Amino acid sequence: MIICTNKMEYPLRSQCQRVQKQVMVNSEKERMSLLFMKALVSRGSVDAVSQQMASHPQYLESFLRTQHYILHMDGPLPLPYRHYIAIMAAARHHCNYLVYLHSAQFLRVGGDPLWLQGLEAAPSRLRLLDHINKVLAHQPWLTACSHIQTLLKSGEQCWSLAELVQAVVILAHCHALCSFVFGCDTDSNCVPLSKSPNGTPPTFCPFDAANGNTNVPQSLATPSEHITRRRSLDSSRDVVCLKERIQKSQEEREKREERLVQTQTLHQTDMEEEEETICFTDPSCFITDPEFCYEEFAHREEDHFQVFRVQDYSWEDHGFSLVNRLYSDIGHLLDDRLRSVTTLPSFHNPDMKRAIWNYIHCVLGIRYDDYDYGEVNQLLERDLKLYIKAVACYPDATKTPVCPLSWAVLKTSERIHVNLLIMEARLQAELLYALRAITQYMIA
Amino acid sequence: MEKMSRVTTALGSNAISGRTMFCHLDAPANAISVCRDAMQVVVAGRNIFKIYALEEEQFVEKLNLRVGRKPSLNFSCADVMWHQMEESLLATAATNGAVVTWNLGKPSRNKQDQLFTEHKRTVNKVCFHPTEVYMLLSGSQDGFMKCFDLRKKESVSTFSGQSESVRDVQFSMKDYFTFAASFENGNVQLWDIRRPDRYERMFTAHTGPVFCCDWHPDDRGWLATGGRDKMVKVWDMTTNRAKEIYCVQTIASVARVKWRPERKFHLATCSMMVDHNIYVWDIRRPFIPFATFEEHKDVTTGIVWRHQHDPHFLLSGSKDSTLYQHMFKDATRPVDKANPEGLCFGLFGDLAFAAKESLISSDANRKPYPGGDRRYPIFFFKKPDPTEQFAHVSSALSVFETDLDSNRMDWFVKTAQLYLLSGKPFAELCDHNAKVARELKRPQVSTTWTMLRIMFSDPANLTAPGPNPILSKLGTLPLMNSFSMKEIGSGIGTESRLERSKGESRQDNIHLESGNLHLTNNNEENEETEGSEGQAEYMFGDAELDDDDLYSMEHDNQTEEQEYILPQEAFQLRHEIMDNPSAPEHLQQDKADSPHVSGNEAEVTCLTPIESFSLISISQPLFSPHLPASFFCPIVREMLSYYAEQGDVQMAVSVLIVLGDRIRKEIDDLTQEHWYMSYIDLLQRFELWNVSNEVIKLSTCSAITCLNQASTTLHINCSNCKRPMSNKGWICDRCHQCASVCAVCHHVVKGLFVWCQGCSHGGHLEHIMNWLKSSTHCPAGCGHLCEYT
Repeated sequence: MIICTNKMEYPLRSQCQRVQKQVMVNSEKERMSLLFMKALVSRGSVDAVSQQMASHPQYLESFLRTQHYILHMDGPLPLPYRHYIAIMAAARHHCNYLVYLHSAQFLRVGGDPLWLQGLEAAPSRLRLLDHINKVLAHQPWLTACSHIQTLLKSGEQCWSLAELVQAVVILAHCHALCSFVFGCDTDSNCVPLSKSPNGTPPTFCPFDAANGNTNVPQSLATPSEHITRRRSLDSSRDVVCLKERIQKSQEEREKREERLVQTQTLHQTDMEEEEETICFTDPSCFITDPEFCYEEFAHREEDHFQVFRVQDYSWEDHGFSLVNRLYSDIGHLLDDRLRSVTTLPSFHNPDMKRAIWNYIHCVLGIRYDDYDYGEVNQLLERDLKLYIKAVACYPDATKTPVCPLSWAVLKTSERIHVNLLIMEARLQAELLYALRAITQYMIA
Repeated sequence: MEKMSRVTTALGSNAISGRTMFCHLDAPANAISVCRDAMQVVVAGRNIFKIYALEEEQFVEKLNLRVGRKPSLNFSCADVMWHQMEESLLATAATNGAVVTWNLGKPSRNKQDQLFTEHKRTVNKVCFHPTEVYMLLSGSQDGFMKCFDLRKKESVSTFSGQSESVRDVQFSMKDYFTFAASFENGNVQLWDIRRPDRYERMFTAHTGPVFCCDWHPDDRGWLATGGRDKMVKVWDMTTNRAKEIYCVQTIASVARVKWRPERKFHLATCSMMVDHNIYVWDIRRPFIPFATFEEHKDVTTGIVWRHQHDPHFLLSGSKDSTLYQHMFKDATRPVDKANPEGLCFGLFGDLAFAAKESLISSDANRKPYPGGDRRYPIFFFKKPDPTEQFAHVSSALSVFETDLDSNRMDWFVKTAQLYLLSGKPFAELCDHNAKVARELKRPQVSTTWTMLRIMFSDPANLTAPGPNPILSKLGTLPLMNSFSMKEIGSGIGTESRLERSKGESRQDNIHLESGNLHLTNNNEENEETEGSEGQAEYMFGDAELDDDDLYSMEHDNQTEEQEYILPQEAFQLRHEIMDNPSAPEHLQQDKADSPHVSGNEAEVTCLTPIESFSLISISQPLFSPHLPASFFCPIVREMLSYYAEQGDVQMAVSVLIVLGDRIRKEIDDLTQEHWYMSYIDLLQRFELWNVSNEVIKLSTCSAITCLNQASTTLHINCSNCKRPMSNKGWICDRCHQCASVCAVCHHVVKGLFVWCQGCSHGGHLEHIMNWLKSSTHCPAGCGHLCEYT
């Protein structure tokens, strides 16, 4: 029996051994090791995200299962499309790491390399997704029935409902993942488990199995100066404060860009040896309207955008049924993911988890009738709130500086926990908005 | 107490009346509840809280309970219940976690009576005790149920379900102290109101949330539950373990379930998402709703039977901001539209057919099945009121046995294996396939192939002796006497074919009709439509040998020139398409090219004098030599459809593939896809995997070619520990070793990997090949005698 395994040209043994050494140290981490091994063999590398999540194995398991399902398993969209959509989503937040990861996977599943030159080169069907991508990423409350209608409008380039749902799930998943990547990158205590041997900053390496590296991204930014400010009372001033920081970081960013160009050339020479070459493209070529970004929901005109009431459209009652109907089994996987993040044992105060969750939903325009938002201010310190908001709303390494947060109070796993909560809350929020729009479309 | 309530609520002389009607609400409704006297209904939602009077012809707004400039969230209701004992008493569950009671007897505009803010999360459900005036039960998202005594300021007892959010609570209609609670994690619990410390009983009713439950109004032990898993289940609670006695599968998550009064087996359901209809089910007939109300434009959120002893009035509220009264007589009966016929093949080719008895018995010629009583009539209960029962349907089931031998599909398997679909010039393929068919004694098919070759090949090669015997033969056939011989060349063959196929299909129609008439004894005919071999030879039967002999003589000199004029271009192009199915440009180009090709053929046709017809055309005038290959396309298309309809989809697909571009654009994609799917399905049933894969590869429908891109999983054993690799990829779960190492050079294999299925060892293709040339044992030294084929 002859099996063509062209696509599996990984120098597996060395990687495998390395991972084994790394994670087998502790017998408690047996489960982790197995998960990693699985991830390693299926994707050629244990990505940094999984390594970060390793402190919560139970969650990681369901996260990986979901991710594997939406990107690799049965579904209405062709595999290259899925990765391209992921690229588009990650590009919205300038998340180089995810863009490279999915570019490599895109090529590996037989995607047309031309598409990687930018959105212009992609089929118009994918270009149509750009708008909903933009909206979902930054101001999900703008998602409207009309967007869905445009996409589903019959014609040569139309989407089917099932395809659209999968696309939306991928978009939401990747947007949320950008938050996690961003949140963890800022973590200076994060020690990479392995370093790439060639000395290139790992973030710039495409996470390509052919490299033979298990790379861990380091923050693009060197930790910026710690800015201490007066406590502001309302959240809008938080944003002002954030925006000032963004400006302050502009200079740094320019410096970084210079460096980026250098590493880029470095990188390209590296890549010439590789079989799979990935054109190093700026993520911004996968998006349009780069100026579009998060705006304070509270500042929008009250009656113009109605607050999203969870009691009227909830994941458990409505979202689940719809998404599961149009994209079978995904509902259960996402349900499992949401459940496992809420049952993670961590915080001293169980209310804290709910406060974080509801706060994130609140900044994205989703309200709970049965929650007293005063609790948020009581339970969450201002620094933490600022951090949550930055990670949830501006997870953009090229724009936002590393957010100062006195992490001293929290253990590593708890920091990751906060990031996981942010990711899941964001995921759910985007899904709720998108699915509600789809429901409205179906009723109309 | 109970008796009293019975007396007061029983339908008296003033029976309620009305018609199907609706009214617009200002806002979406979340729940509705009806007053005991069945004359008023309360509608509650986030932005609405009103009481409507039910009058003969219309709803009349009686009272707006939502007062105040900016009503608080206490007015935002998730649920509402009107007390069934006390007409002025209502309770609502607020989305902010408050439980509110309302007293309509209050003189002030604000009728709010009591406010309990003990729940931390949204209250999903409130329920008054059916006979106790002051007892109110609530179930909340926070996982607690609370029992309130309305004479006190706070709850008297709290029940902790310990299993996530409470979705519904219902007091038992018969047992004073019992209530049921359903939970988001799929559990249902039974509680004794006197024992708040622990539930009496718990069982898992659904996967996923149980959105609702309802006690049977008459039968003490029956509890109906509905869940997100789209099921309604009826549980018998009288036994030690709750026993599922009925289960109805709906098409969407079940939001509400309500037993229908006075009808023991009926219940109404509505859905949380997507499906806007209200269904009334007879739980004994779970596959089709007994009645359907289709008025709402958005999901129905609340349903309630207007009077607890009147089964004819159903009230419903919806997110589309309407309130409806449905009359049962106006309901849609899905069963009327159902197709009561069923047809199924058995394992050994037996055919079972069930149909309405009226359909079959009306047939006077129906004979009893010879092999004993093979009818299994199913009669359904008779009932006095036809509108209250399922339509009287009795079906007769007939089973047709097949003679195993007559049903042999050997020919199919052999044909599938022997046919050549690609890789040779067109004419050779046709000849080969014709030969295969002839050897399998399928002369009709064989002749078809031969004709195809003639039609689409270069006419120059149809040298003299070729068609003549056919024509002369045809000429001698009585059926052909009326046939005009003015046609030219190969055209005549096709015309006659067409004629014939028409005749044959007519014949078959008769067969089928007679089949209907004599359902019990026409197995033979039925089977023959499958194979088409039985009746194949009535026209060409005796001619076949001769003409094929004649053709085979010219094979050799024919091929080369054919290759020149009709190059394999079509096939090469097709291969390109297959390799890169995502590039539609190729396809387009391909399609655009093909007319050109046929155009060339046409020119060639014109240039070539056809001497061959001199023999029969003695009395004929000179015929026009203009006959492009495309001329035959409609005929061929008809022929293909004919074969497909006959059940010989194999022929249709094979011809489709062999003809390729010559015919492909003539047949619409959907039909092609359908044929391909049927043929592939058949091939796979016969486990002809290789053939089916070849067909998939050769097909040009994108929907087909992607078939062999799916389920490409391969199960392998670890070469180290010989256990199956449950993992994706090449690392073994158990021994943590890489399984893709070459047994010869001990390097990781990139590219082609070959391994032995016996011992799981393998390696680089060329290494293993070389190794096994010199040794028969496994290179890994495991002692296994590997075989390389």
